[in-house]
Amino acid sequence: MARKNSKPAGRTLVLVATRKGAWLFHGDAARRKWRADGPHFLGHNISHVMLDPRDGKTLLAAAKTGHLGPTIFRSTDLGRNWKEAARPPAFAKAAEGKEGRSVNHTFWLTPGRAADPNVWYAGTSPQGLFRSGDGGVTWEPFSIINDDPQYREWMGTVQDGTPDGPKLHSIIVDPRNGRHFYIAMSGGGVHESTDAGRTWKTLIKGMDVVEGFGFDASKPTFHDPHCVRICPSNPDRLYQQNHCGIYRLDRPSDTWVRIGRNMPKTVGDIGFPMVVHPRDADTAWVFPMDGTQVWPRTSPGGKPAAYVTRNGGKSWQRLDAGLPKSQAWWTVKRQCMAADARDSVALYVGNSNGELWMGRDEGKRWSCIARHLPEVYAVETAQV
Amino acid sequence: MKVLIPSSLRSYTERGTTEASGATLAALLMDLERQYPGIRFRVIDEQDRVRRHIRIFVNGEQARDLAQPLKPADEVIIVQALSGG
Repeated sequence: MARKNSKPAGRTLVLVATRKGAWLFHGDAARRKWRADGPHFLGHNISHVMLDPRDGKTLLAAAKTGHLGPTIFRSTDLGRNWKEAARPPAFAKAAEGKEGRSVNHTFWLTPGRAADPNVWYAGTSPQGLFRSGDGGVTWEPFSIINDDPQYREWMGTVQDGTPDGPKLHSIIVDPRNGRHFYIAMSGGGVHESTDAGRTWKTLIKGMDVVEGFGFDASKPTFHDPHCVRICPSNPDRLYQQNHCGIYRLDRPSDTWVRIGRNMPKTVGDIGFPMVVHPRDADTAWVFPMDGTQVWPRTSPGGKPAAYVTRNGGKSWQRLDAGLPKSQAWWTVKRQCMAADARDSVALYVGNSNGELWMGRDEGKRWSCIARHLPEVYAVETAQV
Repeated sequence: MKVLIPSSLRSYTERGTTEASGATLAALLMDLERQYPGIRFRVIDEQDRVRRHIRIFVNGEQARDLAQPLKPADEVIIVQALSGG
């Protein structure tokens, strides 16, 4: 696939959400020196920080503390001042006698399309989908997902989710069509709406489930997509890192292809994040985790590495130059790897040991930007 | 009545003690919300349940029901219960 030429101007900002606060890393023009701005919200669990690409200055941060309920903080001056959302995401009050759900934390933030200023979407734990039409000040439940009995069954209970709670994530708005959405749930599968969330259909064909237990792969409840990404240069192509492998989907097909089968057998295709190239839909990266025996979900062999495909998943190459060669038992969570959109793309990885790394030249040469942060929950990039 | 505020909520009240009124605990929390927008949702979830790591005491006794009646002379304490490290 031909690469489109688009070189965003400005400097790179790396937004790091951690278990105990948020940091903004401002890069110089060459991305060699980084200025740490933080901590913001020291002590808060920050699940995600996103810059609004439509105005280049509005930040949203999904926050909670160990004691207090969840909220969204909002800044309109790149983090100099923050104000709390007037109405954070919250489920509808249950009818008398019914057991209602409460949002434990907002996990995922997605800005709307350029054509829809001030629109944001949020995914929560437990699984919920919310929309803001005023830049993140007030939030409302969005679509039928939150209360539909079938979806509630597929979502399962808190016990069925990830250790930090079941999550709705990977909210993707088709850049060509604001009524076309993808979402993913851990657990609960991948789903698509073409009518602005009024109805949804499952998108799980071709996805494997954990073997050996007789799970029915046609049921969304057994699926755990970890991260789904759409290719900016070809929105008909999606990549997915799943609990059970790495996949690609080329629309209009509705069947995922397990491209992780082409990963080295000694490494496998288990992991959390999935990153796509900003201009080349054949190029994508993963950061594998050990999925053997008791599923430690650490770098296989204690040797961290990203893997890149440059042909849509037909083959993969290891990218570890500059990364620790041994005894480095990283966990890299699903929101913890991102690419910038500069002419020479760089990758950014945060790990559970509180380190932030940069992979220059599309991951060919790695260097550490920061150490000794709290456990990293999410890494995003922006051009400012 | 007097309400003692934990440190985690002083970003709203800017002090450790405040005054609020209400004939019930629910009404008192609504009055706190009116004075300090956003504070209630950090303490009470959308199903009107006290959050897992929050405790509310009235005159030293733990309150478990938002319908609990209050008198003007009562003292209400909002406490952040133990929660991880």
